[in-house]
Amino acid sequence: MGFIGDAVDSIRSLQIRQVLTQLVSLGRIDAGMIVTSALIIWKGLMCVTGSESPVVVVLSGSMEPGFKRGDILFLHMSKDPIRAGEIVVFHVDGREIPIVHRVIKVHERQDTGEVDILTKGDNNFGDDRLLYAHGQLWLQRHHIMGRAVGFLPYVGWVTIIMTEKPIIKYLLIGALGLLVITSKE
Amino acid sequence: MHSFGYRANAVVTLAVTILAMMCSMASLSDNFNVPSPTAEVKVLNINWFQKQANGNDEVSLTVNISADLSSLFTWNTKQVFVFVAAEYETPQNALNQVSLWDGIIPSKDHAKFWIHTTNKYRLIDQGSNLRGKEFNLTLHWHVMPKTGKTFADKIVMTGYRLPEEYR
Repeated sequence: MGFIGDAVDSIRSLQIRQVLTQLVSLGRIDAGMIVTSALIIWKGLMCVTGSESPVVVVLSGSMEPGFKRGDILFLHMSKDPIRAGEIVVFHVDGREIPIVHRVIKVHERQDTGEVDILTKGDNNFGDDRLLYAHGQLWLQRHHIMGRAVGFLPYVGWVTIIMTEKPIIKYLLIGALGLLVITSKE
Repeated sequence: MHSFGYRANAVVTLAVTILAMMCSMASLSDNFNVPSPTAEVKVLNINWFQKQANGNDEVSLTVNISADLSSLFTWNTKQVFVFVAAEYETPQNALNQVSLWDGIIPSKDHAKFWIHTTNKYRLIDQGSNLRGKEFNLTLHWHVMPKTGKTFADKIVMTGYRLPEEYR
């Protein structure tokens, strides 16, 4: 409580102009550098892994017991052809949420090298045709965002909580904003 | 310098760094493991072999799969996902891989196994190319770690052939 009391006092003692100056110039060395380094690391990972979204959080239990809800997967997209057994992350046309399942069937054309792919979650009874768009029987390469090459347990719960209870996200951003304005370095 | 905020920040940063290092070392230790798995797949029977109404061939087989994958397990292994796929080539498709059966091996005790089963997933061609077709059966394994990098490899067994006529 003392900490919050101090912060509120410091806000009252600041003048509007000073606050605006700080916000505009991003004068806080530490907070500004943290945000910038996070952005650099994220963009760097995008380059190194060749994938739009180098890290995904597992949202459902369809790959248990291997991947549970809240685990994170590291993705990598190389030009290597997609083969059976690989765990891929894909988007269904018209749906935002990426799905992480295993490839069980591959048919690769002789002439064009294009592939038809069928996927299935390890813990699901049937294949993913029910999840694909209406009338779609196969996935193509352009649906695939990346292959899962590594895994860390439990770390994704932070993202899940922030998505499902947005109030926590607003509280965190509010607290960070408060720190930016009021720390006296 | 000694406020609660600074101390909490320092402790949390140190804890996260140490945890990250431990996870990467656990994953790196998997590279020292030299696996030597063995496997054998026998096709016991072709149950039926038909051309569907849409023109695609489909075949149902019964296989006997025996394997010893215990050398794949390390202390950082959560489970091993194993599957058997039929691989063949057709004039239209350079490669067809169709998974026939898959299973999860949760621990080293279950790694030496023997199973007699019909194909879990339907073997359907894109077209009508399967009569007399020679195919390989590959046993793939994916080692899923407790933390870190996944490893995958396979054993290819050649010399299988589908019947010349539908039955």
